[in-house]
Amino acid sequence: MSTFLGMPVRAPRGVGHLRGDQSFPAAAKEALGNSQLRRNLQHATTTIRGKSGRVIAELPDWQELRSAGSALKAYTMANLPLLLTQLEEKVTAAGGVVHWAADANEANQIVTDLVARTGEKRVIKVKSMATQEIGLNEALEAAGIAPVETDLAELIVQLGEDKPSHILVPAIHRNRAEIREIFLRAMPGVDPKLTDDPPVLAGAARRYLREIFMRTKVAVSGANFGIAETGTLAVVESEGNGRMCLTLPDTLITVMGIEKVVPAWADLEVFLQLLPRASTGERMNPYTSMWTGVTPGDGPQNFHLVLLDNGRTAVLADEVGRQALHCIRCSACLNVCPVYERTGGHAYGSVYPGPIGAVLSPQLTGVEDNASLPYASSLCGACFDACPVKIDIPSILVHLRNQAPHARTEAAVMAAAAYTMDHPRLYASAQRAAKLARIAGRRGRGLPPPLNGWSASRDLPSPPDETFRDWWRGR
Amino acid sequence: MSSKDVILDRIRAALADGPSVPEIPRDYRRGPAEADLDLLVDRLVDYKAVVHRAGTIPDAIATIVSGSVVVPPGLPREWLPVGLEVLVDDGLSPERIAAADGVVTAAAVAVAETGTIVLDASPDQGRRIISLLPDLHICVLRADQVVASVPEAVARLDPTRPLTWISGPSATSDIELNRVEGVHGPRNLHVILTDGENH
Ligand code: SF4
Repeated sequence: MSTFLGMPVRAPRGVGHLRGDQSFPAAAKEALGNSQLRRNLQHATTTIRGKSGRVIAELPDWQELRSAGSALKAYTMANLPLLLTQLEEKVTAAGGVVHWAADANEANQIVTDLVARTGEKRVIKVKSMATQEIGLNEALEAAGIAPVETDLAELIVQLGEDKPSHILVPAIHRNRAEIREIFLRAMPGVDPKLTDDPPVLAGAARRYLREIFMRTKVAVSGANFGIAETGTLAVVESEGNGRMCLTLPDTLITVMGIEKVVPAWADLEVFLQLLPRASTGERMNPYTSMWTGVTPGDGPQNFHLVLLDNGRTAVLADEVGRQALHCIRCSACLNVCPVYERTGGHAYGSVYPGPIGAVLSPQLTGVEDNASLPYASSLCGACFDACPVKIDIPSILVHLRNQAPHARTEAAVMAAAAYTMDHPRLYASAQRAAKLARIAGRRGRGLPPPLNGWSASRDLPSPPDETFRDWWRGR
Repeated sequence: MSSKDVILDRIRAALADGPSVPEIPRDYRRGPAEADLDLLVDRLVDYKAVVHRAGTIPDAIATIVSGSVVVPPGLPREWLPVGLEVLVDDGLSPERIAAADGVVTAAAVAVAETGTIVLDASPDQGRRIISLLPDLHICVLRADQVVASVPEAVARLDPTRPLTWISGPSATSDIELNRVEGVHGPRNLHVILTDGENH
């Protein structure tokens, strides 16, 4: 690493959602006490693992696709200056305007100014991790602009004044009865006879948002892929809210992390096969939209692309950690993670939860600001096996633990708790010990070692019969 | 110094160790392989699209919709049965489009393995908005437009055109991970599969 060019620049403090209010063990302790949350999570992750496993098994060349995806990402990172410059040229030539944002504050300023220039007071948004990361909604609100989340799960989160807990299904922690209550309480004009039948709930969202789609002149989106060769952007989605946002408004503003660039059009043939099967467990997601700049007479006539750094170049500077930038946000690593399944997404404190969050957030912010996250794992390896672009998350975790400015005891407790969770026998014996401790009258003092430092909850789930690693390998 | 220069300098500094650039292994299936129409139908039906293979195009359309349909300017008029109110999109307002009983379009490409149809905004497919707002989308697909796998579809498409990849009707899995058909896009997708001669 060259020192004369200065130290890597991290995502700034005081803006966005990459840092939690409390450490992972403290937040996890709360989550472990919520048995409804754990049931919702377990149901969801089990369902999605099953679906994903079935459609992956249909492809005889899944491993070859993973290898191609992994190599494509490494190639992209090594050629990033060239590819980003090319993307800018192509988008500009097709009638778009490209902006570069060094950090969250600059990106928020660019987007807020662009919206302000249209004179509009409301924007529609399609789910985007990058805009959550930078806290764009708060910045827009501070400027008197109302952002409306149009993804059903995001809408549930926004109306519930809640935080997302999963990359792909941000309201995974809510069940249908809770969603019904949120809609009844916070959705303007909702039918008071609303039931908790999922199609009825989806219908209520359709009616509520249709009106807003038809009347809002500015949309903000993220992007799954940006093709350097052609300047084409792609958004992968299910509900059609993405199509609405990308088609109906006059102005479209897309915020994209610099690592999302893809070298060539043909390379999409790899990612369009990997992403839906690893993510929602579908052969293909219902809708994917692709556009190149502005098409006269069809869709938004003003298109802005904001390329975001916000700590990504600092991640790139780490020879071991840089592969975290290969992530295509499929969330497969969350769904196989024994720690995520027990704690949920909120415990990670960042918009990026689960195994990928445990390696990405500390690198974006600097390890000192997310010091406990590299320990939020049992190193069981299930995430590595599940990742469609073969990111070696366990190796990055170990690498980051060595950088974490941690009290030795806390580190040891975290590691022991994580380890125990993935090792049924130890786990069972710790639970047996817990029971004995209660019988012996130590009720209320929590678990015996090695779990006592990590969770005082006595309501821990029963251990799995096999480790997730065994399960994943054995499919 | 512009933010562009700042970011590009940071990237160059980050890559100062000269990471090795791998060869991309392309030993996954890239085709060409024969497209299996029965597989396409199976995949479409699995994701809740309705498929029509028998009879003429106008007869099939007549069984699906009555009332008004939006059509793109380049749609072959002989596809439409008599008795339908036809709204040719010459810049129709979103309200007019949304109020129609359905939309009829052609397609650019379909992928058998995934049950996906791709629209590319050609004159027989039209602006993206027309296949989005009505609650019923009828898509007429020729057998020679069907390819076996995703790589073959990517190779056939022109990325400079606006592309919409459609796999079944609009759906969400956001409520307890149950797939619910129909949120914002058309809740009904009908595909008329022709051999290209029966119209
Ligand atoms: S790290 Fe891999 S498995 Fe996890 S979300 Fe990213 S791409 Fe998916």
